[in-house]
This record gives sequence, C-alpha cells and structure tokens, in this order.
Amino acid sequence: MIHYFIGNLGHFFVITSFVAALVAFFSYFKATVTQDIDKKQGWLLNGRISFYVHALAVLGIVVTLFIIIKNHYFEYHYAYSHSDKKLPAHYLISTFWNGQEGSFLLWMFWHAVLGIVIILTNKFWEGPVMTVFSVVQAFLTSMILGVVLPGLELKIGSSPFILLRDAMPDPIFTVQPDFIPQDGAGLNPLLQNYWMVIHPPTLFLGFAATLVPFSFCIAGLWLKRYREWVRPALPWSLFAGAILGLGILMGGYWAYETLNFGGYWNWDPVENAVYVPWLILIASIHTMITYKNSETALKASIILVISVFILILYSTFLTRSGVLGDASVHSFTDLGLSGQLLLYLLFFMVVAIALAIIRWKEIPSSKTEISTYSREFWIFIGATVLCLMGFQVLVPTSFPAWNQLVESFGGTSNLALPGDQVEYFSKFQIWFAIAIGFLSAIGQFFWWKKIDRKELVNQLFGPFVLALLGAVIIINIARVYNFGYVLLLFAGLFTVISNAKILYSILKSSPALSGGAVAHIGVGLMLVGILFSSGYSKVVSLNNTGMLISRQLSEEFNRENLLLFVHEPRDMAGYQIEYIGERIEPRYKSGFIKKSDVEYTDDPYTVVAKQDITFKNKLLYKAGERFEINPENTFYEIEFRKNGKVVFVQYPRLQVNPRFGNMASPDINHKATLDLYSYISAPMTEEAKEDWSEPEELTIKRTAQFFANDYVATVESLNRIYEIGGQKIDSSFVAIKAEILVRGEKQEYVAEPILIIGTQSRGGIMPGVIPELGLKISLINVHPQTDELTLNIFTRQKDWVVIKALEKPFVNVLWIGTLVLMTGFSIAMMRRFREFKLMKTKGQE
Amino acid sequence: MKKSHIFIIVIIAVAVAIIVSSTNDASTYVTFTEAYKMASSGKSKSIHVVGDLKKDASGKVVGIEAGADKVSFSFVMVDEGGKEQKVYYNQPMPQDFIRSEKVVVIGGYKGEDFHAEKILLKCPSKYQEQTLNAGV
Repeated sequence: MIHYFIGNLGHFFVITSFVAALVAFFSYFKATVTQDIDKKQGWLLNGRISFYVHALAVLGIVVTLFIIIKNHYFEYHYAYSHSDKKLPAHYLISTFWNGQEGSFLLWMFWHAVLGIVIILTNKFWEGPVMTVFSVVQAFLTSMILGVVLPGLELKIGSSPFILLRDAMPDPIFTVQPDFIPQDGAGLNPLLQNYWMVIHPPTLFLGFAATLVPFSFCIAGLWLKRYREWVRPALPWSLFAGAILGLGILMGGYWAYETLNFGGYWNWDPVENAVYVPWLILIASIHTMITYKNSETALKASIILVISVFILILYSTFLTRSGVLGDASVHSFTDLGLSGQLLLYLLFFMVVAIALAIIRWKEIPSSKTEISTYSREFWIFIGATVLCLMGFQVLVPTSFPAWNQLVESFGGTSNLALPGDQVEYFSKFQIWFAIAIGFLSAIGQFFWWKKIDRKELVNQLFGPFVLALLGAVIIINIARVYNFGYVLLLFAGLFTVISNAKILYSILKSSPALSGGAVAHIGVGLMLVGILFSSGYSKVVSLNNTGMLISRQLSEEFNRENLLLFVHEPRDMAGYQIEYIGERIEPRYKSGFIKKSDVEYTDDPYTVVAKQDITFKNKLLYKAGERFEINPENTFYEIEFRKNGKVVFVQYPRLQVNPRFGNMASPDINHKATLDLYSYISAPMTEEAKEDWSEPEELTIKRTAQFFANDYVATVESLNRIYEIGGQKIDSSFVAIKAEILVRGEKQEYVAEPILIIGTQSRGGIMPGVIPELGLKISLINVHPQTDELTLNIFTRQKDWVVIKALEKPFVNVLWIGTLVLMTGFSIAMMRRFREFKLMKTKGQE
Repeated sequence: MKKSHIFIIVIIAVAVAIIVSSTNDASTYVTFTEAYKMASSGKSKSIHVVGDLKKDASGKVVGIEAGADKVSFSFVMVDEGGKEQKVYYNQPMPQDFIRSEKVVVIGGYKGEDFHAEKILLKCPSKYQEQTLNAGV
C-alpha cells in the first residue's frame, strides 16, 4: 500500500517553508525600511514569527523525509534510489544527504538554525540581516519545491517527496500503478563510511555560516553603517573558517581512507569548489581584523566578504548544475535545476555588487599611505596572496563553465583541465604556500610589536636561525633536494618557531589573545605535514622479483605493484609480507572470518559457521550458528613480519557491488612518523579462479596417502550425510561426504567433496575447493568392496592478489596541524564573543 | 605614483599571468581525427576525447577485450564526430565502466593506437537510477 499521507505532509511542509520564507523576507524588509517605531516593532514581530514558522516547516521536511527513509517506503523515489533494507541505521542518515534534494535540505536546515541564533542574540541587526537570510532561504526552498508551472511547463525545484512512479517511466507502472519495489537500489558503497555521516553536515554548516558575515555586510551597506557591521560579522567569519576548514579536512580524510588514489587531496573540481571560498574566507578574516585595529582595509573587507558568499553559490552552481559533467568524477548530475541555480547565483551577485557600487563613494577609507613597516601592509599582502592562491585554482576549475558560456553565445571553446591535475595544481600552489609560510612568520611580529627595520631583524634573528638549523637537519636526514620543497620546509618551520616565540610572550601577558599565534603554528605544521606526506610519498610495493606481473600491463604497473601468492612471503618496506587469504566480515561483530570457515546459504547475507570461529583468540560464533555478513566486502589478510614475528596485519578491502562496480579501499598502518598505505590494485578475477586444469583421476585405498597438486593428502573420513547447507536431502538420494586433509606449507586444509547418488534419478558431484592451494577435489565414485574411492583432482594457480603500497611520512603532522589551527580559531572566537557580550550590555548590538 | 597603485598593478599582472598560464597549460577536448592530426604533427600534449562506448543494436556494449592477464583492457569508443577508435588502457577496468553513458579518455595517440592515461566516466545512473529492478 502506498503511504500517500507522509509524502503529502512533507510536500505541505515544503510549501509552508517557502511561503513563510517569503513572508519573513517581506516583513523584515518592511521592518528595516519603516521609520515609525511602533510599526517597526510590528513588522519585526511578523518577521520573527514567519521565520520561526519557516524553521519549523524545515524541521518538518527533515523529519518526514527521514521517516520515509527509515521505514523503507520504497514507493518514494528518494528512499528507493538511495537506500535499501540491508543498510545499517547510521548509514540511513547518510542516505538523507546522498541526493541533491537532501543536501539542499541540510543546507537550509543549518541556515534556519543560524537564523534563529541571530534572532535570539542580536537586537539591532535583526531586521536587515534576517531580510537577507529569508531571501536566501526562499531561493533554497524553491530548489526542492517540485512544482511545475501549468501552461509554461516550467519546473521549479525537485521535490524529495516525489513518488517512484512519477520519477521513473517504467512500464510496470502502467500495468500496476500501485507497484512498490521490495527493496531499494541501495547506497553507493563508497558513502557507507562513518566519515560520510559527519563530513556533509560539517561542510554544510561551514557553507551556511558564510551567510552570516555576508548578511551583516549587506546590512551595513544598506543601512549605511559602513563601520559597525564588521564587529558582529567577525566572530561568524572565524566560526565559518573553522567549520569549513574542518569539513574540508574530513572530506580529505575520508578520501584517504576510502578511495585509492593514494592521498587526501586530488584537486578534483568538486574539491576545488570549496577550497577556493575557504581561502578567500581566511583572507577576509585577516582584512576584517586589520580594519578593527586600524580603520584600514574596510573596502577590501567588503569586497572579500561578498566574494566568499558568491563563491559558495558559484561552487554550488558548478557541482550541481551538471556543468562539470565531463570534468569531474563525482559531481551531481543535472536535475533540471541549472537555470534556477544560475538565477540564484546571478541574483545575489548582481544585488550585492550593485549595492556596493552605489555606496562605494561613501565608504570611509584611510587617506594616509601605509608604511612598509606597518602591520597593515604585511597582513594586506598576506590576504592578497591567499586571494591569488584561490584565483589560480578558480581559473582552470572554471574551464567547463567557460566553455558552456562561450558556446551559448555561439562560439567554440574546448578547454579542459590538464591531464595530471595533482601535478598541475601542486606546481603552482607550492609557491603560494611558501609565501604564506614566510608571511605568517613575519606578519605576526609586525602585529604584536611596533617595530622598525632594526628591531625586526633583532626579533626575527632567533627564529630564523632555529628554523634554518631545523631545515638543514631535516633536509639531510630526509633527503629533501627539490628547491621548492626546501623553501616550503623552511617556511613552515619558520612559521612554527616564530609564532611559538610570540605565543610564549603573549601567554605571559594576555593569554586570551593567543588565537592568532596558535592558528599560525597550526598553518606551519600543516605546510610541513603536506610537504612530507605528499611530496615524499613513496611507492614501496616495488616488484623486485625480476618477473613481470603481466606483459600487457604498463611498465609502471609492473614495476610498482607486487604480486602475492598465498603463503609465499615477499620483502617490502623492511618487512617480510605474506598474503594469508580472503576474509569476510560479520555484520554485527567486528573481526575477519576465513571464507572457508563458513557455508553459504541461498541468502547472500546469511552464512552458517562450519566450526567454531575465533578472531584474535575471541570466540565469535559457535559451529552451526547462523549469522549475517556483508557479502559485498572481501578483505585480503596480509601479515607484516619482522624477524619472523608478526608486527601487524593489514586487511585492504575490495567492495563488489553490481550497481556501483568494484572499489578497492586501502588499509593503513599508522605510526607516529609514517603511514603505510596498501590497497588491492588487481584482485584475482572470477575467471582466473575458475581456470582449472584437466582433471587427474585417482583411485586410492581409503587409508592411503596420496599427492594432490604436490601436497600430501589423506582421506580422514567417509560418511553418509543427511543434509547439505541446512537442507534435508530427499530420501531418494544417498549423499556421501569425504573429509580430505591436505597438508599445505603452513597449515592443514580440509576439502569436503560430496557425491550424491540418485536411486531414481541422476545424482550429482559437489567438489571440495581449497583456494589457498589452488586445489579442487571431486569424489566421483566409492567402491565399498575394495575399500577404495575414486577422486578427480583439478589444479590451478594458487590464490593471488596484486597490491600497491605507499609510505606516507608525517601525515600525522598535517592532522595535528589542523587540530592546532582549529584550536586557534576557537580561542579567537571566544575573544570576539566576549567583545560581543560587552557591546550587547552597552545596547549597541 | 602611490605605493597602493604599484601594488594594484602588481596584483593585476599576477592575475593576468595566472590566466595566461592556465590557458596555455590547459588540455583540450577534441575528436579522434583532430587528436590524430595533432599527434602526427608532433604535438604530444595529452588531450581529452569525449564519446560513447560502441553498442550493438540491442544496446549491449561491444568491443571490450580483456588483456590476457585479465587486468588491462581495450575498448572501442565512438567520438562525437562518429569516428570509431580502439582505445588501450593498461590498468584494470574502472568501476562503473560498462554502465557509463559517456566516457572521457585523457591521453594520446601512439602510432595508430590511442592510449588512455586516465578515464573519466559519466554515469547518470550513479545518482539517478533510470530503470527499475522490477519484480525484485
């Protein structure tokens, strides 16, 4: 039965939230332009109530959509295309923002929350700021409106509450309009990762937070309060900078753990689209702080704060309109909203720029020339470098949009991103990063001390020499000989040491102001971490056997990948490594289980334990117990040994999903200074697994030893059995199972071939397979008179797997640097928050 | 001239330099015929070709050949000008390959063969399933 009510309710909430946002916009607008105090209060109250209604409706949409997903109402397109019944509860949450509509919803949700915070905390700015908020919300809500204008055939928005039969023109719906699929299509296995539960909400909170400074800026221009908007906007910019940065890094960590390009950053257009606004956001924080202290850089702050929000909209446009189609692996496809997205982008761009131009002449700016030895000068240079750094990424990332633009005017443009994006962007970005490193070291001194040339040299001498010394030592140990890398290393160390010196002196006098120094230490650490983990990432899975894996593969693949046969040790990265075999994972317990320890059933998710299953000396399942597994995942157990002792075990994963294809995820061994990162670069294919030799027929005495593929084997028992895989055998058949023990190099294996003899019809043969030894044995006859049995022995290559492994030095420095940076942001935020409370008690905000 | 003017001029110069260098370094989308001409005239820059996998009348993808090692593979691609070309890719088949609607290969000609260094796939199905697994 189709659950119409819940979808209608959801749709009702969507319409309510859209209308309420428009009403809130109108009321707040009136409240801002009305002079009469009483009327103003009336409009404000109106606006507030409508925004609360809007926020409640947004919450309502979220709850209804979640109910649909949670209860598996597959008559709804959203639930059908993004989830299935097997999905664990926490991934149902990621389902929520897997589709475009859901991620818009997430974004709206954060805007609504932030809007309420503004209403509750800010008296003076509520009217104009909430006007901007409401109009943004109206635009966003329209994206999920899902209304088709009659007559015009114009679709506005794409609703998450659309029924499957309306979304997919499948013939089954003409025959059976009430058809509901039994199960959904499932969630992309790549997204079934805990980072995907927390990364999108963090990123979208960062996106949403950039609206706050933008709104304050527009409010300031609108009310001609050119100076006053900076104060309340600054803490929000800091908040946005911290959260957006954290969100980006989480995405990087997800990619590091889940994808196999061997790093955390790939310069994919989708990544660039958030990286650029973040850089500009950081630049805007710097100019705003400068303005607060010295009345300069106000115009620059206005330009940058507006740019950040426009860039956020632009990145939304790029990733969701389908423009990036040919250029990015993971952009969304067009939902027919590209026109609407473009309108959204252009509306705010035109309004904001027009407002800035109209007011430009009135914006106060300082007439005095800035001195080269002033802190303003150096911070301004820093902000400029950040902007250019962003601009360098923005230009190539915009090629696809540029091509479309040129083509829509009838021209031809076929620019594409360079083939090797990582190399291309890195070669430019490193120079900007070096500049940022030096500026963060020097700029901070200017900030805290009024100094001239002599004093500067005095102050900087110590850190400079220390950093130089540190750099020389590291260069010699780590063999950093690339000129750019040497400079970046030095710049990073210089930043860390200078800022540590400043931090030391600030902590003595006023610890509350230490945010800047702490944040810049974080930046320095990040630069060093990025330099080593990316610049000195080294392939260690070098093929030193002198034999090619395959002649058809490229020379590079043959050189940089290691073919491991099961139980044949190889040397790699100072370890002796040995491939042990394929493993599966139980759904509700942690651990890895041998494939041969379980018997499969008709349901791919359910298996039966053949014997007691232990993992790390802990009993997981008793013999005969049924339990669930994740059939998509296979893990490849690889032991890493030193001096004969197992140091650690890795389980790189291969995920096979008929809808999304194969995906190899690495396993990473973290040490303080080094990550060892391995993944499956070529698994043994199903064809290779079934590539058996012609059988060798063997008739042996039941108690005799025999050779199978050169391994010694004996028949342990020969018994009649009455059920197979939990199924009773029909009485017209006789089934005999042989238990054959085969002694491998490392351990003993058991093959259990079964012979089924039919008394009325034909029987069958079920061979026993030992993939680790490349051995298949069938029982084809028993001769009770002579106490003999006849076996067919098939052989193939032993199980193998090809891996690629990389060493990533000092990745931890990057993660630690990020945490330090976030701490710096938090300290700065606390300080600005105290400032705000002071202003509030004075009644100025 | 004021210092700030010099500053602005420097910024503009850098910005222009960035645009120029980006356009120079950019790869381009071309057809196989153009790519072949470029290669034979000695330009070795890697280029992008957009096209579809060759399909038979029933919509089944044809022309995919696995290497003997079952890891590398080659396939037949039809570019936007309708030209068919065998493309070699000496890495395992990417996920979603067969299901992709549109393929972008990045690489160049080596003699008569097109060798791809990288393959990008466009799969509308990745996020929007187009047909139903009816009956399931």
